[in-house]
Amino acid sequence: MSVLWEDTIQAGASWSLLLRRGNELRLEDTGGGANVAALFYNYECPVERYNMPDTLKAQHTAHLTRGFVLYSDMGRILCSITDDTRGWHDPLGGHNDAHAVREKYGPSSYQKQRNAWHRNTRDNLLAELGKYGLGLRDLSPNVNFFNKVVVGNDGSMEFAPGNPRPGDSVTLRAEMNLLVILDTGQHPLDPNPQYAPKPVRFSVGKAAAVAADDPCRLSRPENDRGFINTERYFL
Amino acid sequence: MTESAFKPENAIYDETVLAGDGWIREIKAGQFFRIVDLEGNQAVDTLFYNARETSERYSATDTITGQRNIYLTTGTKLLSNLHNPMLTIVADTCGRHDTLGGACAVESNQVRYAIEKRHMHACRNSFLKAISDPVWNLTKRDITANINFFMNVPVTPEGKLTFEDGISNPKKYVEMRAEMDVIAVISNCPQLNNPCNGYDPTPIQVLIWSPGT
Repeated sequence: MSVLWEDTIQAGASWSLLLRRGNELRLEDTGGGANVAALFYNYECPVERYNMPDTLKAQHTAHLTRGFVLYSDMGRILCSITDDTRGWHDPLGGHNDAHAVREKYGPSSYQKQRNAWHRNTRDNLLAELGKYGLGLRDLSPNVNFFNKVVVGNDGSMEFAPGNPRPGDSVTLRAEMNLLVILDTGQHPLDPNPQYAPKPVRFSVGKAAAVAADDPCRLSRPENDRGFINTERYFL
Repeated sequence: MTESAFKPENAIYDETVLAGDGWIREIKAGQFFRIVDLEGNQAVDTLFYNARETSERYSATDTITGQRNIYLTTGTKLLSNLHNPMLTIVADTCGRHDTLGGACAVESNQVRYAIEKRHMHACRNSFLKAISDPVWNLTKRDITANINFFMNVPVTPEGKLTFEDGISNPKKYVEMRAEMDVIAVISNCPQLNNPCNGYDPTPIQVLIWSPGT
């Protein structure tokens, strides 16, 4: 990837950006133990957006890694996971709100702590969404990059701390023009009792053209059809 | 498995919803709401909204992360996106219900089965028709990840998601107590391409009781 732009999302902070079709976004867990809550919208028509159930059922998966794609609710592919050194990203856990952060990490205020105060992912996502005329009605289940939730045979959800390695990264190739909303708040099932979100490095660059033997496209016949729907959208 | 003491003859509302039909109605706080899988193995795609402020709605992630379990059954509180309990499941003779499979759409049918299958009837069209009356104050952006009552979508510890034959049988039901005034929206699933309805979508019954009846 030829890097056009790179920057850092500070711990517990949010970001939003336009990621154009044909560009890619690389997220790097520089220090290990990060979480990135992410939402994706069709930039030109944001009523089309990332759809968790459609993504999971098209690919018969409850986790995301290299070779999987993220589907919109309109049968199109928003982005493909073209590279991943972590191996498991969580689409199930959702995100913390102000109440959950206060309950878990105790009281905090900007008045006392300035920018070290406890932020929460819900408020951060709403602040970013509001910049594009979107809001609470547009929030739906998000992806949590860099974290793993294992579902037991009885349906129980367990946070798997795993072995977070500094420098792990995941790369998303945009297949549509995307409004990307990101937040680095802790995962809601993270058992750490301390408020300790981590920063994440990101870079945007030109992606290589989608080859005929693209692993995301060929990983399932469903994804080939998803690419066909997406290509037709851009004719 | 938990049964309910309510008798159908005492219900204040009792309606059959045919396969492929949508249904929308307000349920008042304190009322009890039952869905009966009349012939068995039928997926009932369902969404709930706060009737007073529809930007508050059932949230799959708040609900499953809140109870740390992806399946719904007796005792489950269906939480809103503001983390408020909207309804509590008080009886369930099926055993578990799906939170992850979502609703079929003509576009997702194209992806899952064949590009040529866009004409086949799908739940999200039923949802859109049900909410099309402006009185509900709902549009497509409000259609979020729904509940599939009676549907069996197991997730494995290895992170696979599968669609299995239903675990429901004729006359199985689930019953909820509304904890706030809610708008319930149902699509009685028309899907013919996978086993979620046993390849034969069938009617459901919807009943409402007032407390103390």
